[in-house]
Amino acid sequence: MDMNEIKEIFFQECEEQLAELESGLLRLNDGDRDPETVNAVFRAVHSIKGGAGAFGLDDLVSFAHVFETTLDCVRSNKLEPTQEVLKVMLKSADVLADLTNVARDGGSVDQARSAQLIRELEALAKGEAPPAAATAEAPAPRAAAAPKAAPAPKPAAVAAVAAPNDQGFVPVAFSFDDFGGEEEAVIEHPAYEVVFKPKSELYTKGNEAALLLRDLSRLGEMSIHCNMDSLPPLDQMDPEAAYFSWKVSIKTDKGEDAVRSVFEFAEWDCELDVLAVETGEGAEAIGGDLPMQPVPFDLSALDEEPHAPLGVVEEEEQIAAAQEAVAAAQTASNVVQMAGSASRAAAADKGAAAAAAAAQNNAQQASSAAAPTIRVDLDRVDRLINLVGELVINQAMLSQSVIENDSNGVSSINMGLEELQQLTREIQDSVMAIRAQPVKPVFQRMARTVREIADITGKSVRLVTEGENTEVDKTVIDKLAEPLTHMIRNAVDHGLEMPEKRLAAGKSAEGTVKLTAKHRSGRIVIELSDDGAGINREKVRQKAIDNDLIAADANLSDEEIDNLIFHAGFSTADKVSDLSGRGVGMDVVKRSIQALGGRINISSKPGQGSVFTMSLPLTLAVLDGMVVTVAGQTLVVPLTAIVETLQPDAAAIHSFGATQRLISIRNSFCPLVDVGRILNFRATQANPVEGVALLVESEGGGQRALMVDAIQGQRQVVIKSLEANYTHVPGIAAATILGDGRVALILDVDAVVSASRGQPLHLETSLAAAG
Amino acid sequence: MTYLAKNLTNGGRELIAFRIGNQEFCVNVMSVREIRGWTPATPMPHAPQYVLGVINLRGAVLPIIDLSARLGMKPAEPTVRHVIIVTQVKNKVVGLLVEAVSDILTIKDEDIQPTPDMSSEFVRTFARGVLAIEGRMICLIELEAVFPQTESEAA
Repeated sequence: MDMNEIKEIFFQECEEQLAELESGLLRLNDGDRDPETVNAVFRAVHSIKGGAGAFGLDDLVSFAHVFETTLDCVRSNKLEPTQEVLKVMLKSADVLADLTNVARDGGSVDQARSAQLIRELEALAKGEAPPAAATAEAPAPRAAAAPKAAPAPKPAAVAAVAAPNDQGFVPVAFSFDDFGGEEEAVIEHPAYEVVFKPKSELYTKGNEAALLLRDLSRLGEMSIHCNMDSLPPLDQMDPEAAYFSWKVSIKTDKGEDAVRSVFEFAEWDCELDVLAVETGEGAEAIGGDLPMQPVPFDLSALDEEPHAPLGVVEEEEQIAAAQEAVAAAQTASNVVQMAGSASRAAAADKGAAAAAAAAQNNAQQASSAAAPTIRVDLDRVDRLINLVGELVINQAMLSQSVIENDSNGVSSINMGLEELQQLTREIQDSVMAIRAQPVKPVFQRMARTVREIADITGKSVRLVTEGENTEVDKTVIDKLAEPLTHMIRNAVDHGLEMPEKRLAAGKSAEGTVKLTAKHRSGRIVIELSDDGAGINREKVRQKAIDNDLIAADANLSDEEIDNLIFHAGFSTADKVSDLSGRGVGMDVVKRSIQALGGRINISSKPGQGSVFTMSLPLTLAVLDGMVVTVAGQTLVVPLTAIVETLQPDAAAIHSFGATQRLISIRNSFCPLVDVGRILNFRATQANPVEGVALLVESEGGGQRALMVDAIQGQRQVVIKSLEANYTHVPGIAAATILGDGRVALILDVDAVVSASRGQPLHLETSLAAAG
Repeated sequence: MTYLAKNLTNGGRELIAFRIGNQEFCVNVMSVREIRGWTPATPMPHAPQYVLGVINLRGAVLPIIDLSARLGMKPAEPTVRHVIIVTQVKNKVVGLLVEAVSDILTIKDEDIQPTPDMSSEFVRTFARGVLAIEGRMICLIELEAVFPQTESEAA
């Protein structure tokens, strides 16, 4: 595995971390105050920073570092994750994603934006912190619990403080000497007290405690005390477990960050406390974590480190929870000595609560986190899908020949075949499911679009998503992002009104954009709705008249007017952005949805908003097709293009000029296109009355009646590329393989329709006259 | 096959020889993926005359070229006795319709004689040399020139 491959894996992981980061922040935004959510967010940024550091991606590292520091304040409860704070954080997540992309693909990021966010993040880390000086200077979490400072205690902690007071206990200054003997002579004025207890994971990951301590020693004068209390008798010793912990007193002028950074890549695999120790009274903290500590001092909870009160803790969550409890207890009781059981009880309560919370986390994670997965090359999956498709065809061929050769139809071969058929179908379904993925990542990206557009337009917007776990084929998901971004932009920019206007209309100032996904009859339906002003039909109509799209006196239904915005003419005019309806690039949206084999519909209620409904196939690998016969050949016409089929009668066919023919359908005339002629399968036009007309709608919105000889039926077909071994064929979109093993061509309806408009389908044969 | 046995120990390259009409041609065996019987092909719209259409090769769509027509000779009338040589050049796979596969040859580079100096388009486009083996004349053809897309790119 070379460096580039490793880097690629890092970027893939980054993507996952970024998704985790964003979803975590959004959960916090929704009022989730679970410490594990904060931890998850922090971990995501931390992992990105770690990896980026290993690859020397300095921009990424420095931004992630600032971000991490601020998140750390949230983690240590110094910074309340308010909406304002989260807004900055979400933007920072966006910038982090940008930086990651730039690191991978090159390009540049908005320097001003990231610089601005760095300032905002730094301000948050400093400004929002509790007034106590010590905490403001030390951004690290548990340093906040340093003896002197008394940050706003949590309710439970308040109880812990209150209880002993009620019982008449008086805060007593704690003296380190009380714990006597064991302790090494303390360095005169140690600046930091580091308690480092590795977990066995630290060693399994190849880290070495001695090296970390050696690194630490480079920072300044220090003394190390190794705690061997948890070392079991030799016969009970697990050679792979971690039994030692170290307490280091270090005097350094490098600051706490430097001390912590020594343990940067070991942080999740050890328990680490860095306490800023101040001269004199700081010494209190030093003895606090002595394992044999019998006094119910507040730090008794720290006993957990050597002798875990929760039993031998294995789950990281549990440890985190326990640490929460410790931190809380520490914070609460501070230098108060609590002799009674009250404090123990309180601390235990808190511990139990934290443990319960941790358990809840686990449950939540179990439901939200995906089952174990593996990464597979898409090529391999494609090959598998191909082979299974071939298996299905072979099985069908086999069945057919057995039926033909077996007159009684009850032979054991027949039974076996039926079983085979069932099995192949199941295999096909399972293989298709491999490529299926939830639409969640795309929806999450939309959240970012909403934030950005809302910022630019000065509107206040809430994005609500539903059904984000609905699964679709990966290729569909990949192609969904572009049209969705376009539509969301339109919805916020044109759909929603400014806050004042909304208030005046009796709505809330904050607009809502809702994105939902659901399965409906073998397709995925994605709905984008807003509670904005709806389409201004008068303006759209006027615009269409101005652009010669419709006649001035045309009588159009509301729906028809709404659908005008999909017309290409609406996207090019520069006045469009003044339109209170929509219009920018909606033709592009419609085309890309159609390219995916989907349809898009719009329904709008003036004053109440608009709903865009997209119906898409679940996969691009198969297509619903109408199998037809044209000049002796079997062709497949994509079902999505077909509006209706009809058997023309002679009276409905009208000649128009020398070669053209029109068919009248409900009092309107539609040009007839002979598919056999346009594909050069025959030299002269067939008699329309002997065939079947497929009324199709092309990307330009125009309707054509495609003449074919006969309809064989509807079928799901597996799409095969023609370009792979041949070249692009004008008028043909792709190929497929039918049940008899033969290749059938899939008609490119748009190309055929535009050919019928006079654009030649093929350079050699101008078919302008054919339609 | 006697010729093959005689030359195997000498190394050199292997060629597959096949017949169209009364002429013999050969291509490098390294570009041949498999040889299979003729199955009816689905015709392609707007295709050159020598493209017979496409067939299903285990799930892939395989264009079939009538090599006889491609080389400027009489178009083939495919029967069940015809064979398709499935060849690969670069990343494209194409089937060549020929009358029959006749031999597998192992030759040394010096066995290939330069194409006689003729002005025909056939020689300039497709022939890359001739082999004289046991009284037969076998023409080595350039697969890349046979493939339709290379032609259209050149055009």
